[in-house]
Amino acid sequence: MNARAELPVSAPGTKTDTGYIGKSIPRANAKRLLQGRGAYTDDLRFPRLAHVVFFRSPHAHARIVSLDLSKARQSPGVIATFDGRAIAEYCTPWVAVLSHLKGLKSPAQYAVAIERACWQGEAVAAIIAETRAQAEDALQLIEVEWEELPALTDMELALDPATPVIHPDLGDNLCFHRDFTTEGVDDAFAHADVVVEDTFHFGRHTGVTLEGRTIVADYNPAQHSLTVYQGTQAPHMMQDIMSRHLNIPEANVRVVSKDVGGSFGIKVHVYPDEMATAAISVMLRRPVKFIADRLESFLTDIHAREHRVRTRLAATKEGKILAFEIDDLTGIGPYSVYPRTSGIEGNQVVNLTGGPYAHKEYRARLDVVFTNKNVTCQYRGVGHPIAVAVTEGIVDLAAQKLGMDPAEFRRRNLIPDDAYPYTFPSGLKFELLSHHQCLDKLLALMDYDKLRAEQAELRKQGVYRGIGLAAMIEVTNPSPAFYGVGGARISAQDGATLRLEPTGMVTVLVSVTEQGQGNDAVFAQIAATVLGITMEKVKVVTGDTEVTPYGGGTWASRGAGIGGEAVLQSAKVLKSNILDIAAAILSVDKGTLDITANEVYDKLTGATKMPLAEVGRVGYFRPDTLPMDFQSELTVTRHYTPRGYGFTFTNGIQASLVEVDPDTGFVKLLKHWVVEDCGTILNPMLVDEQMRGGIVQGIGGAMFEECLYSADGQMLNGSMADYLVPMAGEMPDMVIAHVESPTKTSELGAKGAGEAGTAGAPAAVMNAINDAMLPLNARVTSQPFTPEKILRALGKV
Amino acid sequence: MSGKRQTAITVNGVTENRAVEPRMHLIDYLREECGLTGAHAGCEHGVCGACTVRVDGDIVRGCLTLAVATDGRRVDTIEGLSDSGEIADLQQAFHEHNALQCGFCTPGMLMAAQDLVREMPDASREEIREYISGNYCRCTGYQAIVDAIEAVLKARKAKGAAPQALKVVK
Repeated sequence: MNARAELPVSAPGTKTDTGYIGKSIPRANAKRLLQGRGAYTDDLRFPRLAHVVFFRSPHAHARIVSLDLSKARQSPGVIATFDGRAIAEYCTPWVAVLSHLKGLKSPAQYAVAIERACWQGEAVAAIIAETRAQAEDALQLIEVEWEELPALTDMELALDPATPVIHPDLGDNLCFHRDFTTEGVDDAFAHADVVVEDTFHFGRHTGVTLEGRTIVADYNPAQHSLTVYQGTQAPHMMQDIMSRHLNIPEANVRVVSKDVGGSFGIKVHVYPDEMATAAISVMLRRPVKFIADRLESFLTDIHAREHRVRTRLAATKEGKILAFEIDDLTGIGPYSVYPRTSGIEGNQVVNLTGGPYAHKEYRARLDVVFTNKNVTCQYRGVGHPIAVAVTEGIVDLAAQKLGMDPAEFRRRNLIPDDAYPYTFPSGLKFELLSHHQCLDKLLALMDYDKLRAEQAELRKQGVYRGIGLAAMIEVTNPSPAFYGVGGARISAQDGATLRLEPTGMVTVLVSVTEQGQGNDAVFAQIAATVLGITMEKVKVVTGDTEVTPYGGGTWASRGAGIGGEAVLQSAKVLKSNILDIAAAILSVDKGTLDITANEVYDKLTGATKMPLAEVGRVGYFRPDTLPMDFQSELTVTRHYTPRGYGFTFTNGIQASLVEVDPDTGFVKLLKHWVVEDCGTILNPMLVDEQMRGGIVQGIGGAMFEECLYSADGQMLNGSMADYLVPMAGEMPDMVIAHVESPTKTSELGAKGAGEAGTAGAPAAVMNAINDAMLPLNARVTSQPFTPEKILRALGKV
Repeated sequence: MSGKRQTAITVNGVTENRAVEPRMHLIDYLREECGLTGAHAGCEHGVCGACTVRVDGDIVRGCLTLAVATDGRRVDTIEGLSDSGEIADLQQAFHEHNALQCGFCTPGMLMAAQDLVREMPDASREEIREYISGNYCRCTGYQAIVDAIEAVLKARKAKGAAPQALKVVK
């Protein structure tokens, strides 16, 4: 017999008078994960399930001269084999462009390549068998003849007229170009007392979700319907795409996303092998599963970064920044990724560079070019880690040249806290930021002056410690300006349906998905707080297009801010409707009633009038006892779209303390601090660990992670033994503090918190390393900062 | 491929008599044959630790262990440890510290944590970080995990609980 389940751990003063918002309440949905009783897509079981594996190009660029699947077809357990042409009959190709990224171009992309493979790992055939192992056995029997084509792997050569064009129909290897300038840039640089310049390099890296991409597509020919079980961040976007490219009515496509083993932006894109899996389910009229194994993940999960940014900064001798200038080049692989495009990261670098500062002049150039490596697209932080590192790296260099303390230099240039609303030179509008409050709090938190003194003392002993600062802004809660205006069918609004159950419980259905951040938990906190009920009375359901309202899902740090506001608005209406019934039952004025601790009470006397279970009983089973003209409405749906600003910006500042060993090139991360302003904090414990996880991913890109390619386009480190992901032993303790400037664009006031850690950590670590090496006249600007690069900078190798 | 071998593996206390392919890994045996989906295949190279389970009381990588190699032995998974209550305090501490996000690494992490708590009752924070470095977590910053394990170490010590008493007899 099972023990009676314990109630969830609750905050002090559980009676909801102060509410659950802002309390560190453990996530109710974490319990099943702690017992190994989650439901990730690969945990689900289906009758007649077939398994698909893909034959992938071993070459970065090659023409398929011949492809013979006949021997593979005869292998034990094999159900079918398909090439690209066969699958294209069931799944139409796509072109990933957005009209607001003017001039962005990309070729049509097929689910399985036809005629030609454009990167190592692109799928060119599919084998379906009774078991995954049997399908993999048959892979060895495919016979293919390739004609290798020149592989473009160095993005610096992409626009060279001597370089072959990857897609001749497009004319050149330029996917997207953008120029931006304010009028007085040249003047600012001409009259500056100090001009500093540097070039920053950012290696390719990827998300490495511990759960690989997983999809089960289950087509039902009797009703021409498709159910897709998929670890995805955006179920409704996938529903739309499956519907349009497989020609199945939208209402007949259901996308279910149960537990998802990490996303970070990896699982918000359209992957050709996943589209092929859905098409194959239609073709075979049975459920088909595809799981990307780890090698496939490295070869085909979107990569990110790979930018080279030349930058200049102009300042006065008093330490006032006049202008920033950048020239960004990024190589994105052979296709822009559908449907968000691969122009966004570079575009973000243009939008965000210089973000925290009050300069007036800015010039940016961006070239996004095609290469024959895996595709890149939006991964956690999207452009922020680059923009912040470029900004903060050049800001530190300017401070150094001026002989000014980096903290003091920032204080003189950060946008004043009373300057909002503020329009930034790149055109971005900031509603309300708190750079100076954050800086002051950070310096106090880390005891900056003491650390500087300690650093000076240790240097005398030959110990090289460095302190790095990184101020930042972050895009959160995006409006339709992000994708919708460019023609992408990606919802910028989200919805929440709240239903009072007859027993007095409340079911909350939200279009935002849960990926482990704790969205489900904060939705429950908001619903319980607004309704005046206790947490254990709330059940949250997300991740099913057939059940929840329509919405965008989880990306761009939007889940809690947008989904949470929809829950709040829906809960307000449900509460009002509940009180309508109670007032009708009691024949009293509704205004005299309120709800607390799951009961309706009289506001004047404080006397309990009835439990919500009684409202449910009458509302559902005895409406005959209510007035004739009264109809109860115990299910309510409300939606929320952020408006007024293109994005609800957040701000923050990070600091890193490191020690560099000049003999080995090893960097020890000693400590990390963050002061961040994400508006209303819904659950401090969740925000803080979300921040720490983001920092660790940022540190990964700065210190360890890189997708290494040979000159001919072969990925060299496609396993987790070779591609280094941060481990517990290498990570420092991280101190997190907050300033709260709620956004007025919503009643909830919550901004996003999902990407700030990743956005700022690389810059802070880079500046700390360079600060440590300052007395040694060494400087690194190429991420990841491996021991080899540090030794080279020190002239040791 | 062909030639399945008959095995008798005691999984969470129950002897499973199954014919399995010699090439099948323990993680696939548990997930596919036994329907125990708590342990996960993460990297398939023995690096990430998501597939960590116990064989005769010692933690192993389910993706590097062949199922037939555990014939006649005892295998314990997160489901078994959850039902027996052996790691209830660790699970509660992970919950209260939010030492998990997506939860994919968590069963393996808990296996490693329980091993640590049994083997090194006096572990420092640094030693905890070192010990769990064979288990990757991509979501948290590891700090909450270290905090949770540290809390359990302290609590078990305070209780004077004899961790050895829980050790499976080989």
